[in-house]
Amino acid sequence: MSKRAAIEIRHVTKTFRLYHEHYDSLKEKMLHFGRTPSENFIAVNDIDIDIEEGTTVGVLGHNGSGKSTLLKCVAGILQPNEGEIVTRGRLAALLELGAGFHPELTGRENIFMNASILGLSKKDISNVFDEIVDFSELEKFIDMQVRHYSSGMYIRLGFAVAVNVDPDILLVDEVLSVGDEAFQRKCLERVAQFQREGRTILFVTHAADLVRRVCERAIVLDHGELVSDSAPGEAIRTFRETLQHSGLADPALDDAEAPAPDAAAGDTEHAEVPAAPISIGRQRAASATHKVKITNVTIDHPGLHVGRRWMLPDEALSIHISYHADEPTEDLLFGIAIHDEDGNDIFGTNTKRMDVPVPVADGDGQVTFDFEHVPLLDGTFLVSLAIQSTDEGTVHDWRDQEYQFEVMNPTRTVGLVSLPLEVRFGPPYAGHVEAIGS
Amino acid sequence: MPESVARAPRVAHERVVQPRSSIIERFRRIVTYHELLVGMTRKELKVKYKNSVLGFAWSLLNPLLYLVVFYVAFVKILGSGVPAFPIYLLSGLLVWNLFSTGLSGACTSVVSNSGLVKKVSFPREILPLAAIGSMLIHFFLQSLVLFAVLLAIQWDVAWAYMALLPLALIVLLVLTGGLGILLSATNVYLRDTQHFLELALLAWFWVTPIVYAFMTIGRRPGGWFKYAWMLNPVTPIVLIFQRAIYARLDNPDVPVGSAGHQILPHWGMAAYVGYLGYSLAFGIVIFAIGVAVFGRSEANFAEEL
Repeated sequence: MSKRAAIEIRHVTKTFRLYHEHYDSLKEKMLHFGRTPSENFIAVNDIDIDIEEGTTVGVLGHNGSGKSTLLKCVAGILQPNEGEIVTRGRLAALLELGAGFHPELTGRENIFMNASILGLSKKDISNVFDEIVDFSELEKFIDMQVRHYSSGMYIRLGFAVAVNVDPDILLVDEVLSVGDEAFQRKCLERVAQFQREGRTILFVTHAADLVRRVCERAIVLDHGELVSDSAPGEAIRTFRETLQHSGLADPALDDAEAPAPDAAAGDTEHAEVPAAPISIGRQRAASATHKVKITNVTIDHPGLHVGRRWMLPDEALSIHISYHADEPTEDLLFGIAIHDEDGNDIFGTNTKRMDVPVPVADGDGQVTFDFEHVPLLDGTFLVSLAIQSTDEGTVHDWRDQEYQFEVMNPTRTVGLVSLPLEVRFGPPYAGHVEAIGS
Repeated sequence: MPESVARAPRVAHERVVQPRSSIIERFRRIVTYHELLVGMTRKELKVKYKNSVLGFAWSLLNPLLYLVVFYVAFVKILGSGVPAFPIYLLSGLLVWNLFSTGLSGACTSVVSNSGLVKKVSFPREILPLAAIGSMLIHFFLQSLVLFAVLLAIQWDVAWAYMALLPLALIVLLVLTGGLGILLSATNVYLRDTQHFLELALLAWFWVTPIVYAFMTIGRRPGGWFKYAWMLNPVTPIVLIFQRAIYARLDNPDVPVGSAGHQILPHWGMAAYVGYLGYSLAFGIVIFAIGVAVFGRSEANFAEEL
């Protein structure tokens, strides 16, 4: 059975006029009449998508990508300049912080007002009032003016109202990222319940993990354009790419950390390592003798041969390292470490630990680390490389988290590691249930 | 998933968000949200005197203080000849206050509710209308007190004209609503509107026969002056309230024929209704303009605030 669209977004374009100065008063408007410095800014450009009833769709995009504007258009708060949006069913929206409460009114009064804006009659509201208060955990504060609420309480009340008014469509903008962990979990549980009940959820976020966990489909916006409309894995990958592009275009980010010029070689890219506290790796890198020097690093995986920047989980990965020794040097080890984006070690070894004999370095040499398959799930992984003496007392060269490769997880499995898994059903098993490796 | 069967799909709620919607469409949305209008009105009432000690008593104190000021200025100092001046004044002042406070409240309503406008979708016309609605409640309350006083002093009202009061009130609400919707939209883009309105209302107050008797104007030579005064759409409404409540056409203390003898015009019921018809036509035109302007500018409210 083909499902009806709960939200039809038809060629929606929204432009804003950006005033370089804002003239609010008549005098200013007269003075600058006709030449108010302004330009049109296209926030959302000709977006055309359908959202089927009962699906959960994530909208990803960096700041200023138009995702919140699009959501506001769907919510009916902004009207598009072109195109139209049809929504079917009661719609509850939670936009950014707060849900349109009046600061002078108490929590109780605001619940009634908010729910009536969402289209509930007074009787309906009385019926769900207790549930709303329960959900928000604000029993003690419900007769207090909302202006005395903390921002967390504000969100809790807003979310409680939105999910308890029996909406057919729920629009959520970044709200799930605030509040304490327990409340977040509660919200996610409610979202899961809505999914089971066949309600439609559209939510805007830049938390890619959340999209993978709860969405069946994700849309990526970049500068108002739809750049991806696909399964979460693929969309998240596209999202990361747009982030990187905009990151490189942003001068503020560019000079945040000037990378060593010789590190850019082959297909490697500088990791956008934030100015982390000085790690052991950094200290060791600083003490390098450079008697044996890494001259070039190439990271290779099957994806690069078919035009993808990323590899899939369990594909092979090769890291080719060219090095140069000014004079014959022996007593060497070559080390490699792989880190996640936060710099946590995932894997690390060296030629000594693996008992691999290392030839004497003299002039140019090459070493290759071949990973038969890399069972990582998703993300950008950073690579550190080192050349040291076998007792690790002397550092010849240490490249700390300077290289990276990306893995895209096409499945909806979450986590860091791709564990091979098969699932069987069968007669009751006497012992524990077992996952069988393939 | 057994739960998915439990929920009956709601087909009725289909909504289209478009760049423009017709005036009829806008009216229909206001009507479907009438319950919200009631709720918002209640909210306006609650918020207005929140954190004030006297609270609702201000609603009664305000016209009382006006009365004291005007009584001293006009009767004691200027020697106005209108007998039972307090009743004359209040019969026009209360309805004027509904107009002026309703309009001021409506004018700033969208701006002062920016928190709602930026977060939730509903017909925004509700905001100016609710501001006026809350003033209507104040008006009823004040009128109740006035009528109680009239009853206590056994004041004779003109019962025939009392029947016109609800009609006049409706006309006033159409007029105030239309102007309020119009100004609330312009005020979003041009904050001067609210300051300009203050001055305009002051002038408007003095071109409406509230503290002075209409016939002081009406008796001026060359009758055109009277008609010019009647162009003010609030004048017929105020006159009907005065005719019904104050109900004294002449001042018996002043000899017939001399200035100050006539207070209210000696018109028949038909003339009053006719002038009221003019006010209504004026109000409907303003209302249509207001809703049209509001509809055109509403699309960008959330950005401008």
